[in-house]
Order: sequence, then C-alpha cells, then structure tokens
Amino acid sequence: MQALDYISAGSVKEVVGLLASNNGRARVLCGGTDLLVQLRENRRRVELLIDVKHIPELISIHHDSQAGLWIGAAASCYEICHNKLVLENYPGLVDAIHLIGGVQIQYRASVGGNLCNASPAADSIPALIVHEATCIIANQNGTREIPVEQFCVAPGKNAMESGEFLLAIKVPPAKEKFGAHYLRFIPRNEMDIAVVGAGASITLDGMDQKTLSARIALGAVAPTPLFVEEAGAFLTGKEIMQGNIQEAARIAQASAHPISDLRGTADFRKHLCAVLTRRALEKAIERAKVS
Amino acid sequence: MNKKIQVQAVINGEEIEFLCEPRQSLLEVLRETLGLTGAKEGCNNGNCGACNVILNGALVNSCLVLAVEINGCNLTTIEGIATSQGLHPLQEKFIAHAALQCGFCTPGFIVASKALLDQNPNPSESEVRQWLAGNLCRCTGYDRIVRAVMDAAQVQEKAL
Repeated sequence: MQALDYISAGSVKEVVGLLASNNGRARVLCGGTDLLVQLRENRRRVELLIDVKHIPELISIHHDSQAGLWIGAAASCYEICHNKLVLENYPGLVDAIHLIGGVQIQYRASVGGNLCNASPAADSIPALIVHEATCIIANQNGTREIPVEQFCVAPGKNAMESGEFLLAIKVPPAKEKFGAHYLRFIPRNEMDIAVVGAGASITLDGMDQKTLSARIALGAVAPTPLFVEEAGAFLTGKEIMQGNIQEAARIAQASAHPISDLRGTADFRKHLCAVLTRRALEKAIERAKVS
Repeated sequence: MNKKIQVQAVINGEEIEFLCEPRQSLLEVLRETLGLTGAKEGCNNGNCGACNVILNGALVNSCLVLAVEINGCNLTTIEGIATSQGLHPLQEKFIAHAALQCGFCTPGFIVASKALLDQNPNPSESEVRQWLAGNLCRCTGYDRIVRAVMDAAQVQEKAL
C-alpha cells in the first residue's frame, strides 16, 4: 500500500476541517473493508485517512417514534443487525444489512460505507430506498439531507462534493401496517455479490385490503441502485391481489437495464427482477399485516 | 509521510508497544514486527479468513485493519488461544477430528470458532456453518471442521 497519514478524528468539525485543508487528498475511513482493498490495489490515491469510528454521532444508533431511526455512518453492520430497536422496527433493513459479507466483515463494515462505495449491487441500498431513508451529509456549512435514491450517481461515485462526508442515515419512524423486505439471488448460500437484489415496502389500509403506498427498488440491474417509482405508484390504491403484484413486478422488470457479466446474463437478470420483486412484495405484505 | 506512529495495545494478555507506518495492516505488523506468524496471509483482501484475530471481542480480518487502528485495544491472536494448562478444546478437537490437511487456514478457523463459542457456547450446526462462511479451506471440505467445533462446544459445556 502507498504511504499515507492517519488521524483518528474526535469530532465532526475536525473531520470537516481536515477534509477542507487537505483539498481532495483525504478520505474518511470507517470499517475499511472496501477502502483498504482499493488502496492496496492502487484503485484510489489518498494521502490522509481520517478515521471517524470514534466520533459519537457517527457510531450511534438510536430510534424514537417521532424522529425515526438514526444510523451513524460508521456504525458496523454487526451493531445494526444486533440492535433490538432495529430488529423490532426495521426487519426489512436487517434482511439486507445481514447479507453484507461474513461475520468478520459484519464487525467492521458500515452501512455508511456501503452507501459511499456506491456499488450498483450494494445490498443495503435498495432496502434503504424502500424505507424512504435519507443521507445526512456534513460540510462546512453544517449538514444537508438528500434521499438515498439520489445518493449514488454512477458505479463507485456518489453525490457528495469535495469536502463533504456522510454523517448518518435517517430512516422515518416505523408505521403501523407497514412492511418491507429485501432479498437477492446468488448462486450459493452466502458470501457473494448479488446477481440481482430487490427491495419492497408497502403500507396497507386498516382492513389489509388495499395498498396505501408502496416502494420498490432493485440492485445490480443498472449503473446505480434503481428506485422504480412507477411500480409503487401502480400499486397505490389497488387491492392486494396476485394480479396487481404480478403487474408491479412486470413494471419493475421493464425498468431494469442490466448488463451481462460473469455473474449472469442480462436476460437472466431481467427474469430475476420480476421473480424477486414479486417475492419481496409478498413478504412485505405478510409483514405489514402483522405490524 | 512515512513517519512511524507509536501504538499501545494488549495482545494475548500482554501490554505491547510498537512502531508502525500508517499504511501497514495489522496482519503485516503482527507477522513482521511482532513475530506473531500464526495469522496467515491468504488473500489479503478480506475473503479467506486466514488472518482472523479477535479485536475487542469482535472477530476481524487483520488484513483489513490498519495496525494504527488498534491503539488502546485488546487483541487475541491464535498464539493466545492455548493456556499454560494446555491446548484449548477447539485445538484438541481439530486434532482429534483431523480437521485440517495443509493447515494454512487452521489458525483462522480456530480463532473464528473461539469468537463464536465465546458468545454462543452451544451453537447448532447451521449456526457454525453460517459463522464460518467467511473462512475458506481448500482441502478438507469443511465437514470435519464443523464436527470439531460442535464437539469442542460440548466439551466446554461439560467443563462448566
């Protein structure tokens, strides 16, 4: 690995100052499970690593019924998946975050890092999109907030400007009659990158008969994780029945424009989009009914 | 640049101080500065688990941790698993079940299994397999490893 400097920062203000004074030559370090590999393979040049794992706001996970869930950008996948409040209120998020690597990776990797790395196949991102999560970005003026679906702009590129960094992810409060699910297809049981991933969330009316709102997002079928707004819009106001679920899955499939690569052909990925969207919706509905 | 940084940590119960460059991985420093060569460099990118160590109770790949990051931490490596009384039950059972062939992955498997039994003393077979999914072995086919871990869990339970 190239020579570099390392600082463990103590506050958000310190990180903002270091990013500004190093003008593009510094990068924030959380778990390092992507970044250290990229540095070792000379895929990035960095002169200063700013470790943010010791800043309270960046590692805290808290939830209240008004403000919703705060996930510090450096909180580890393991911490998130073993947090009682997250497990109780956001099982659809846990589905996705639990899939990121084996236990050794879970203990280090952060969901913030999974977002910043902006892989089209990142498991956490479709799940965050269907939960209407937002990114809290820190900069010299304070913070700004953007929806997760606007955060990734190209493979490996996110919407943050030079001098900014991801402070936290905010997820709206868990509602009644809301359910979500994420699943992916991989050719083995664990430890792999999604061929296709699908997230769905749904809010039902009090009678469990109609959809009040729904969101669908896909991974690994476009240059960025794909929010399929029109599939959710189609379901809104409709009866919960197999024909409508199939149609939403068809709309999601039509919006995908995957490539063929070593993990699967474009045709196979198209096929998976419909199957996985349907299964994600069915499980989300099942959860919504009992929530 | 290149300035060495002083790091203090408790490694296998002993207070240790060392100097390292910020770019050095924990694995590199363990093996080349501290002479703890039990952790192996397999893939050096977080896929194989051969370099596993326990950092403040968490199982991690030492190739994906910078040595400077462990300042003030408590670290257990494979060298810290046996005690002066003898081998750890996991080590005994890996031998009894012949759960290794070339042995290169074995330290990582034993450290990973220790981390599992520390928090789940009586795991099911599927829990063992799931937990060890981040450790690769290209010789044994895993069955003997899983049996050794299950057996070691039973021995530990009886001892309590």
